[in-house]
Amino acid sequence: MHIMFFTERAYHDYPEDEIFKRRSFFGLPNTFLDRDKGAQVLNQYLDEKIYCDELGFDGVMLNEHHGTPFCMGAVMNVEASVLAKATKRVKIVLLGNPTPIVGNPLRLAEELAMIDMISGGRLVPGFIRGAGSEQLFMNANPAYNREYFDEAHDFILAAWTKPGPFRWEGKHFHYRFVNPWVLPVQKPHPPIWIPGLISPETVQWTAAHKYPYVALATMLKPTLQLFDMYGKLAAAQGYQAGPENFGYLQPVFCADTDEKAEELGKGFMFGGGFSHFAKPEWMFPPGYNSKEATKRLASQAANPNLPGHGGLDHDPETDAEVQALKKALYDGYPDWQKQRQIITGSPKTMIKKLRYIFEVLRPGIFSFWLDGPYSQKDRHRCVELLGKEVLPALKEFGVEMKLTSPFEMKPGTRTLSGSGYEAVGDSSRLEA
Amino acid sequence: MADQSWKEVKFRVGDTDLQVITGGTGKPLLVLHGELGFPGWLKWNAALAQKRTLCIPLHPGFGKTPMADWIMDVRDLAAFYSRFVREQKLGPVDVIGFSLGGYIAAEMAVANAAQFKKMVLVGAAGLKPPTGEIMDLFTLTARSFLNKNVVDTQGDEFKKLFGGEQTPEQYEAWEDARAETARIAWRPYLYTQSMAHLLANVADLPTLLVWGKQDAVVPLAAGQLYQQKIAGSKLVTLDCGHMPEVEKPDDFIREVTNFLG
Repeated sequence: MHIMFFTERAYHDYPEDEIFKRRSFFGLPNTFLDRDKGAQVLNQYLDEKIYCDELGFDGVMLNEHHGTPFCMGAVMNVEASVLAKATKRVKIVLLGNPTPIVGNPLRLAEELAMIDMISGGRLVPGFIRGAGSEQLFMNANPAYNREYFDEAHDFILAAWTKPGPFRWEGKHFHYRFVNPWVLPVQKPHPPIWIPGLISPETVQWTAAHKYPYVALATMLKPTLQLFDMYGKLAAAQGYQAGPENFGYLQPVFCADTDEKAEELGKGFMFGGGFSHFAKPEWMFPPGYNSKEATKRLASQAANPNLPGHGGLDHDPETDAEVQALKKALYDGYPDWQKQRQIITGSPKTMIKKLRYIFEVLRPGIFSFWLDGPYSQKDRHRCVELLGKEVLPALKEFGVEMKLTSPFEMKPGTRTLSGSGYEAVGDSSRLEA
Repeated sequence: MADQSWKEVKFRVGDTDLQVITGGTGKPLLVLHGELGFPGWLKWNAALAQKRTLCIPLHPGFGKTPMADWIMDVRDLAAFYSRFVREQKLGPVDVIGFSLGGYIAAEMAVANAAQFKKMVLVGAAGLKPPTGEIMDLFTLTARSFLNKNVVDTQGDEFKKLFGGEQTPEQYEAWEDARAETARIAWRPYLYTQSMAHLLANVADLPTLLVWGKQDAVVPLAAGQLYQQKIAGSKLVTLDCGHMPEVEKPDDFIREVTNFLG
C-alpha cells in the first residue's frame, strides 16, 4: 500500500461570494491576489509536504491548475524541484503534468529528469490532459487534446530511453535534435501513474500501457465500474490487474473529535468546491471530450463534486440568488458526507470509514486530500493526526488486505488465472 | 418541411465524401456556411433559388460530412473546396460565404481568384480586425454565442431557427461544428496572418462585402479592411448584427441580388 498526502494549494483570502457570483473559481480576477499572502501560503504548503516526509507518508502528491485560486501550484515541477532537495525519502508523485497545455514535451522531459536526478530517483511522473479551462488559459487546441497527450507521452518516453541524438517528426511535435543531457536515474524510466476523473478513454489508454489509474475522488460506484473496465481490458491484453493498478484520492478532514472534524470539514465546500472549478462551457471546450465521455458525464449529473453541477444553469443575478445558491450548497453538506465526497472524523472514526473504502475499491495507492480555508493550527493538527494515527492503521489494512502498491508488484506482471479475469474491487460491499 | 425545395446530395472529393445541400434553378451559386453549421433553408435561400442553383456543401467534420483528418486549417479546407469546384466544373462560380464560410471563400480567392466570378462575403472572418476582436465562440455555449450574433433575438427568422428549447440533435450538431471549428481555426483564432497581404490577389474579382453595423462577432473594422485590401470591392452595411441574412433578409436579398445580377 502506497499512502500519500495531497492538497490543491488553494488561496482563500478573498470574499467567498465572488466564486458563487461566477459559479467558477476559474476566471476570478487576479486583482484579488495579495502577492505577499500568496507567497506565504505557497511556502506553508511546501512546509506541509516536508512535514509529511517526516511523518512517514509514502508519497506527496502534486497537481497543477492554471488561472484559478483553486490551486496556486501553477507549475508543479517548480514545487517538485524544491521537494526533491528538501525531502529525504518520500516519493514525489505528480498527478499529473498536463502535457497538451505544456506544449513542449522535450522541455518537460528535461524538467522531470532533473527532478528524478536531484531526488535520487523518487519521482513518479504522471500525465494528464489538463482541465478544459486550462486549454483556454494556455490556448491549447482542445480538439487536439487527446492527440497532443498521446504524442507527448510517446515523445517523453523516447527522450528518456532512446539514445540521442535523434530527430522527431510527429504530427504535432517536431524536434531536430533530441539529445537531453539530463536523464531520469530510475531506469528505463520512472514509474508513470495516470489520474482520471471519469473519461473511459483515459482508462482504456492507461490499461493498455499497464499504468496504475488513480481515480480522483469520483463516487464509489462509477469508480468501481471504471476499475472493472480497466480490469477487463487488462485481461484482454493478457494480464490480471491487481491493487497495484488502482489508486484513489479521498477528501478528508481529521480533528481530535468527530464533532470538530465534522464542523471544520465543511471548509472543503468553500466556494462550491470542485463543482465550481469552472463553468461547464469552460470545463468542456469544443472537441475536448469524446461523445462517449460527454454522455457518461451527463449521467453523473447528480454528483455534487463534479464540475458544472453547481445547481444553477446561469450566473446568479442578485445577491439573494448568490446567497440562495450558497445556502443550497452548504445545506447539502450531509449528502456530501453520506456520499463520501468528504470524510471527516477523529482518527478512530476516520480509520473505520476509510476501511470501508479500502474494502470496496481495494486500491494499492491511496491519497488523502485536504482542502479548505482552515487556520494553520487546525490544518497542521489534521496532517499530524493523519500521519501519526491514521496512516499506520491504513498501512496495516494494506498488509492484511494484500493491497499491493506498484512498488511491491510491477503493474501488468500479475498472471491471469485459468478462469480468466477476476475483479479487484468488491462491488458486493457497495452500500445501496 | 412540407414544401422542401432542396435536397441533400453526396459528392466525392478525393477520398472524402462531401454532403451538399442543393436547391433552386439556374447558374450555380456556391454557399459556404458559418461556424455553427448550415442553419436551414431561410427566406434568402428561397429568394435566391428563384434564379440560382444553390450549392451548399456541409463542411467536413460538421456532422454530416465526415471529418477529414488532413484538413488542419482553413487554408486546407479552402484547397479542398477548390478541388470540389474544379472537379465538378463549377468554375468560375459565384460564391457567398458567411462568417467562417466567408473566411474560406477569401482563402480560396487569394489562392486562385479565377475560380470565382463574383464573391460575396458576409461578416467574414479571416482578417485580424484592426480594432476590436473576433468574439470568442469557444468560451461560450452555442446558444449564448448565437444570441450575441444578432441585435434582436426576437426577430422572426432568428426565432424560427433558434427559438424554443434546445433539442439534443441541435446540441449535438452545434458541438460537432464547434469542435471542428476549433480544430481548424483555434490559433490564430479565425484569421490568417498573411490574409491582408494576399488579398491583393483578389483585385480583379467583383466583391461585395455585407456587414451588420452592430456586428459583435466580426467587427465592422474587419469589413472595412477587406474593402481597403480588395480593390474595387463594395461594402454595404445594414442596421443589424452578425447575421444580416437572418435579421434583415429583405435588405440582404436586395443587395445580393443586385450584385449577382
